[in-house]
Amino acid sequence: MADVAVTTLDGNAIAGLLADVFGQEMTLATGTCASCGASGEVGTFVVYTRAPGTVARCPACTSVLMVLVTVRNVTCVDLRGLAALDLTR
Amino acid sequence: MARAAVRGRLSWQVARVSAFVDETQDVRSIVLEAPAWPGHRAGQHVDIRLTAEDGYQAQRSYSIASAPEDEELVLTVERLDDGEVSPYLVDELRPGDELELRGPVGGYFVWEEPLGGPLLLVGGGSGVVPLRAMLRHRRAVGSTVPVRLLYSARTLDDVIYRDELTGLGAMDAVDVRFTLTRDQPEGWDGYARRIDRDLLEEVAWPASEEPLTYVCGPTSLVETVASALVDLGHDPARIRTERFGPTGT
Repeated sequence: MADVAVTTLDGNAIAGLLADVFGQEMTLATGTCASCGASGEVGTFVVYTRAPGTVARCPACTSVLMVLVTVRNVTCVDLRGLAALDLTR
Repeated sequence: MARAAVRGRLSWQVARVSAFVDETQDVRSIVLEAPAWPGHRAGQHVDIRLTAEDGYQAQRSYSIASAPEDEELVLTVERLDDGEVSPYLVDELRPGDELELRGPVGGYFVWEEPLGGPLLLVGGGSGVVPLRAMLRHRRAVGSTVPVRLLYSARTLDDVIYRDELTGLGAMDAVDVRFTLTRDQPEGWDGYARRIDRDLLEEVAWPASEEPLTYVCGPTSLVETVASALVDLGHDPARIRTERFGPTGT
């Protein structure tokens, strides 16, 4: 892989991955940060896809909200940074 | 294209490349035939997956450039020189080639007619792609929602969909403004600076009109625009943003 500057994206960029993992559209789901309590749509999360795996951080306090790592077609999902993930709007 | 009545689990499908449009030196539109495509909403993405002969896979998400009502599914891709996927899509792909894709994906950065307006669309570089899908959708459904588009590019030659956007601006009650940040042709009567608070104050709907805003571009542009609009009194809940990697605007 070419050497690239750290690229921050947002939750829109991982809509496909999240739909694959959760079985439904997730960018409109509301996540609440377990560290600072801020809540917002998953589409607004700050996302790093060039970390080992995919990392989503809180746009307010930068705490890690979600980590998704796929190895050999198995995706491990760590949501410890989220106090809540609300699928209803 | 009718939307699928039943949403199954997202799965990969094969699409065939039927044609290309060279939009700028670095940007190409790819017209796809995707027989299993379930339809999409303006602003949604597809994921594209490339597989090398040794089995290595690379995957990226691209905004859909066509409106839901368009006959064909079109992606517009900018070549990122250090990219793994975009140089292949822009330079190597040939008509008749097959691509693996899944989608549509996303729901946050989507505009549909019932969401109303007035609409403020702000794009930087290839960030104009999902905004163009929204504009085409608006026209296709005969919407009268007023729209202002502010589009930042480096030079006039870097403006994607230039003729189409200029035409919309002339005929369709869409207020289209370009700003060229690096170089302007002689006699240029558009803007010639980066998008900032002052420019937004001049171009954006006033906060009192409660516009619905979509901003798409490089992270720096998106953050500048979103915070300037909030500063100007816009409701953050009516500003939707989509960021992509570093590129010129």
